[in-house]
Amino acid sequence: MQEECLLKLRGIGKRFPGVRALHNVDFTLRKGEIHALMGENGAGKSTLIKILTGVYQMDEGSVEVDGKAVNIHSPQDAQNNGISTVYQEITLCPNLTVAENMFIGREGGAWVNQKEYRKRADEQLQNLNIPARSSQQLGSCSLAVQQMVAIARAVDMQCKVLILDEPTSSLDDKEVNMLFSLMRDLKKKGVGIIFVTHFLEQVYEVSDRITVLRNGQLVGEYPTSELPQVQLVAKMMGKTLDELSALEDTGSRVEATGEVFYKAEGLSSEETNPFDFSIRKGEVNGLTGLLGSGRSESVRAIFGADKVTAGKVNINGKEAKISKPIDAMKNGIGYLAEDRKRDGIIADLSVRENIILALQVMNGFFKPISRSESEAFADEYIKALKIKTASTETPVGSLSGGNQQKVILARWLLTHPDYLILDEPTRGIDVGTKLEIQKLVLQLAKDGVSVTFISSEVEEMLRTCSRLIVMRDRHIVGELKGNDLNQAQVMKTIAGGEAE
Amino acid sequence: MNDKMNKKKEPLTDTQLLMTITICIFIVMYVLAMLLLKGGFLHAQQIFDLLNDNASLIIVSCGLTVVMIGGGIDISVGAVTSLVVMSCILYLNKGGNVIFAALLALLIGLAFGLVHGLLISYLEIQPFIVTLAGMFFARGMTTILSVNPQKVDHAGFEALRNTKIEIPWLGYVAKNGNLVPARMELGVVIAFICVIVIFLILMFHRLGRNFYAMGGNQQSALMLGINVKRTRFLSYIISGILSGISGFVLMMHTGAGNATNAAGMEMNAIASSIIGGTLLTGGVGNVAGTFFGTMTLTTIKKIVVSSGLKDPWWQSITTGGMLCFFILLQSIVLGRRQKKKQA
Repeated sequence: MQEECLLKLRGIGKRFPGVRALHNVDFTLRKGEIHALMGENGAGKSTLIKILTGVYQMDEGSVEVDGKAVNIHSPQDAQNNGISTVYQEITLCPNLTVAENMFIGREGGAWVNQKEYRKRADEQLQNLNIPARSSQQLGSCSLAVQQMVAIARAVDMQCKVLILDEPTSSLDDKEVNMLFSLMRDLKKKGVGIIFVTHFLEQVYEVSDRITVLRNGQLVGEYPTSELPQVQLVAKMMGKTLDELSALEDTGSRVEATGEVFYKAEGLSSEETNPFDFSIRKGEVNGLTGLLGSGRSESVRAIFGADKVTAGKVNINGKEAKISKPIDAMKNGIGYLAEDRKRDGIIADLSVRENIILALQVMNGFFKPISRSESEAFADEYIKALKIKTASTETPVGSLSGGNQQKVILARWLLTHPDYLILDEPTRGIDVGTKLEIQKLVLQLAKDGVSVTFISSEVEEMLRTCSRLIVMRDRHIVGELKGNDLNQAQVMKTIAGGEAE
Repeated sequence: MNDKMNKKKEPLTDTQLLMTITICIFIVMYVLAMLLLKGGFLHAQQIFDLLNDNASLIIVSCGLTVVMIGGGIDISVGAVTSLVVMSCILYLNKGGNVIFAALLALLIGLAFGLVHGLLISYLEIQPFIVTLAGMFFARGMTTILSVNPQKVDHAGFEALRNTKIEIPWLGYVAKNGNLVPARMELGVVIAFICVIVIFLILMFHRLGRNFYAMGGNQQSALMLGINVKRTRFLSYIISGILSGISGFVLMMHTGAGNATNAAGMEMNAIASSIIGGTLLTGGVGNVAGTFFGTMTLTTIKKIVVSSGLKDPWWQSITTGGMLCFFILLQSIVLGRRQKKKQA
């Protein structure tokens, strides 16, 4: 029997300049259903959500709510059609009371009746079992409760479709459970919930159905009970399991046997759980896992980019204290950050200035690098890394993504690091440059440099790393080396299936 | 029953907390002044003098509080006040009518608010820059109107100006045995009306609550369905109109104007708002607090003078010290709250 359809998206397409973000995507949400929307980075999840909430306009396709075709041009339109969204960042006002946050911007009257608000808010909060008082200042509630207040607001606005965009990413386990029981309550009341998250276990805990997107296209819609976790990961990454088993291990490399260069025990930052980690001289290891599994957060803790809260670090057998990036740099660690535009290049400075930046910082600002010296450095690395630039004085912002990445690589190579952390060094760059960077990594390892390599593309990591550390939901869940280094095994470990 | 229990336990909001601190400090300070300095502080007239002298400052501070709660700033208020004083004096001296003079004051204030609001909300230019330009413009206009100091020469206005509210039971017996009643100027009544009206708007009107929402988190306010542009526009309109009223009140107090009238008033108004518990970051504040902020600021100046430090720089130094003290206090108090929440 066909359940009642709440929301029906058909043939949704959206183009951005140069990119086809969504192509012919269908999505169906039924009444009283929790529907997980899954996909890796760039799969089109957020584009789809933004079309639904009126932030973006779709180029083609149709949206039906309760069987009626609707046009959504603004967040207001979405709300009027019963589609409410609760974002990862709380979009409420922390300085107002809980009650006001539930009613402000909605009511028409000129004078505000706080008493009435509080009464209605308390009713709704009680109704949904949310542990908050209506007269409380919102900022004094925990993040989880704030999120629930946002949900209460949506419910009070008679929303039929509730979109929860990464609602659990800043909550602890107890708070997640509170949120889930609220979601189940709403489900009983007939609200359709679209649940976007990167925590696989949570998807299996609450959702009834899963829709997977990849590269802007629909992969499929599956009942959660019929899609094992391994299959889900395979679908998100675009490989079928048979395909994976068929692939022979492409390059199980010889394990490095040098001395341990870096060793951390119980290291944790504000963004990570405590973890152990070590790397040998001349070793290339990799951190893998889905987006949000804690890969980047871990290396940021190693480099001291996030505030380190606990843990012991040994470098070259001696205890070291790394609490900020400069400490790491002085210990011979370099870090190529994930977000090139934000944490990497300084777009308005020239190629030369960008290349000498890290070395200059290490030298201290009272020992400036002379112009001729810096030009020599720049020329050397432009040649060595084959950076395509008009001159050493071209602003980095005008180069292509791949060449920008090489400039940052050059910046770190110039400091002659003993240990180089590369976080997504090949994202958004062309295939040729990708290969060059992979070759460079192997060359560095041969010269005795330790490298930690992070990439969303598993093949790439299998080609370069001799040891893979697998993370899931912010914990290290496995380590693969030797014969275990193949796609199928990686997928299984990511998904949490035990090795056969 | 249960409800009542809950209500009692509710901790103060940030706004209420900061305002309470200011009021307590004001009272403690005033009582100390009464005990240690005696003299004028023992007479109720001292408070009325403070009010009479600073009615216009109280009014512009209210406007500034509104703008600051919304997350903006308006540094043109002093210059606009000065321009209003000069324009009204010239108009009255040409034989104008008092009511039209009051309308003129409102109109000038409104015009500045309108232009500021348009530029800041709809063209999205930095409020600091826009109102800085407005400040220079108003100062320049004042000088163009008259380089020389002007004195009001208008019978009707003089009558209004000399109307004082006498409160006998708050008076004192002078040395010669006569009862001197406490005197309050009309401007103070206007200032109180402004404080009360703005207070009601901020607390209970939709617009007022929208100011808080906008200052608390602009992006959120937008997502919650508030017309942020219009709300911000209106905050500058309110500030502009209040500057106009402030000009008229100042003229009623001094009866004269010159090009440097109300110099530095905007800074005193910002200081009053901050001392009264308004955060420069927006979203927190209250005009009742601002009123006590102004009183605290002016009382401290009075105390400095009464202690024998008559040179003007002592007042500036104490104002600076006060501001530092309050900002430090605010950040410590709010910081501790934040920590307590996380624990």
